[in-house]
Amino acid sequence: MIWNDEFETLPREAIQSLQLKRLQATVERVSATVPYYQESFKKAGVTPGQIKTLDDLRRLPFTYKQDMRDNYPYGLFAVPLDQIVRIHASSGTTGKPTVVGYTRRDIDNWAEMMARSFVSAGAHRGDVIHNAYGYGLFTGGLGAHYGAEKLGASVIPMSGGNTKKQIMIMKDFGSTVLTCTPSYSLFLAEAAAEEGIDIRELKLRVGIFGAEPWSEEMRNEIEEKVNIKAIDIYGLSEILGPGVAIECIEAQKGLHIWEDHFIPEIINPDTGETLPDGELGELVITTITKEGIPMVRYRTRDITRIIAEPCICGRTHRRLARMSGRTDDMLIIRGVNVFPSQIESILVNIEGVEPHYQLIVDREENLDTLEVQVEVNERVFSDEIKVLQDLSNRIRKEIKDLLGISCKVRLVEPKSIARSEGKAKRVYDRRTEA
Amino acid sequence: MKVEQISIFIENKSGRLAEVTKVLGEAGVNIRALSLADTSDFGILRLIVDKTDPAQSALKERGFTVSKTEVVAVEVPDRPLGLFSILQVLDQSKVNVEYMYAFVERCGANAVIIFRFDNAEEAIRVLTEKGITVLHGERVYTM
Repeated sequence: MIWNDEFETLPREAIQSLQLKRLQATVERVSATVPYYQESFKKAGVTPGQIKTLDDLRRLPFTYKQDMRDNYPYGLFAVPLDQIVRIHASSGTTGKPTVVGYTRRDIDNWAEMMARSFVSAGAHRGDVIHNAYGYGLFTGGLGAHYGAEKLGASVIPMSGGNTKKQIMIMKDFGSTVLTCTPSYSLFLAEAAAEEGIDIRELKLRVGIFGAEPWSEEMRNEIEEKVNIKAIDIYGLSEILGPGVAIECIEAQKGLHIWEDHFIPEIINPDTGETLPDGELGELVITTITKEGIPMVRYRTRDITRIIAEPCICGRTHRRLARMSGRTDDMLIIRGVNVFPSQIESILVNIEGVEPHYQLIVDREENLDTLEVQVEVNERVFSDEIKVLQDLSNRIRKEIKDLLGISCKVRLVEPKSIARSEGKAKRVYDRRTEA
Repeated sequence: MKVEQISIFIENKSGRLAEVTKVLGEAGVNIRALSLADTSDFGILRLIVDKTDPAQSALKERGFTVSKTEVVAVEVPDRPLGLFSILQVLDQSKVNVEYMYAFVERCGANAVIIFRFDNAEEAIRVLTEKGITVLHGERVYTM
């Protein structure tokens, strides 16, 4: 089943000619309206007129997350604020989020891409969509929501949390499609069992999972434990939100990226060189229809490769292989982006605490856990248990306040955390070690 | 009138406690009294030893986090209501007890209670006023 037959099965030449036209228009527009791009194009010595073929995309400079932070909040918007009908944000590493804005047409396009994504995953009008992505500044909840409404399905705007209620509603309201993080789906299965409900007996048929990386093994586990088809979805707020790319239920092998709205490239993250289809590298995305905040050659820091082979589903938009990691050291814990440097800055700010720390990331009963190990040196050591506990609690609270996640803090003996010559190995991610 | 106590941070790993006693033993240090306060993740071992400074250096050299704390040693008759009589005096004052532990004198009919007070000076004043014996450090180290 295909939502938008005309566009999703466009022949390759038609896609490419459409991409070129839209790319030229985008480059012209941002040149005229966004000071950041004016400068960055000038520095790279490139003008809109020089974009004559799709290969000329490579002449354009990259855009980085830091550029979004440097232009906080609205510096990268290409339209006046009164044309922005929605503002979203994602967590930023220094406490300030990165901000994105959508015009009415952007919202419509987003809903269109999400509707395509739902259908690609096997959903249809008549489905009851249990949307457990967070509603709010995060793009997940509202992104999936508008797509589901456009599809004409019945959306239940559950958002995250309150697991007991989620299960009751899933059962009573007859949810047929689930949208949430992959690990949360397993968590729901366990919680349902605790309520004496076998989640496999419910009406759920399909799950569309994203916001964190997950493996084939996990897919098999979910499909077995929850008794649904588990489909991978990819998105990022800087580019759109959820719905940038989606697996098709027919193949479940690679995610179709909507090439009439985005031009994907794979580059060598160290040299910036564009790599051929099939080679692993960093995904770079250029938006060619976004009005509010167009992005030119945005470095996503996600590692993947392009699958150019035709797909059995009939869609002609190329696929991205399952994301295999990040180029930076960002972790995704329970759907939240966490940089070890953020933890470090919290520790450094506490008097006496040396930033000799380790992060142990694991998964217990299908929920990600984070343990922050901090060395206790003489400056911070106190003879009183409660003082040390206050220190633990303070660190835990500051991490919760800054990052929004609960973690465990463990005080350890000095020098028990290995020192290293170069970049210290701070993070032990047991989720990927098994 | 105050007594020096050594406090050592100990992770809840097997062998740590034994390691401490080994280090002290090798340094020729004798333990007089001890108390181990624990949480699920770590413990604080509090010791009164006969040679405080050598003990602290030996432990630090082996990578332990050590600090010195001043505590008060109170002599109490080793019979029922002995401890109660001390605590009653303290209750009437405004002094707060952070923690305490006890041991029995080798010879004599007394027990020694080690107290950590929030205000040691005031505690000592209040106790001695009521005729309660507060011991000097030297006395305790060599008991």
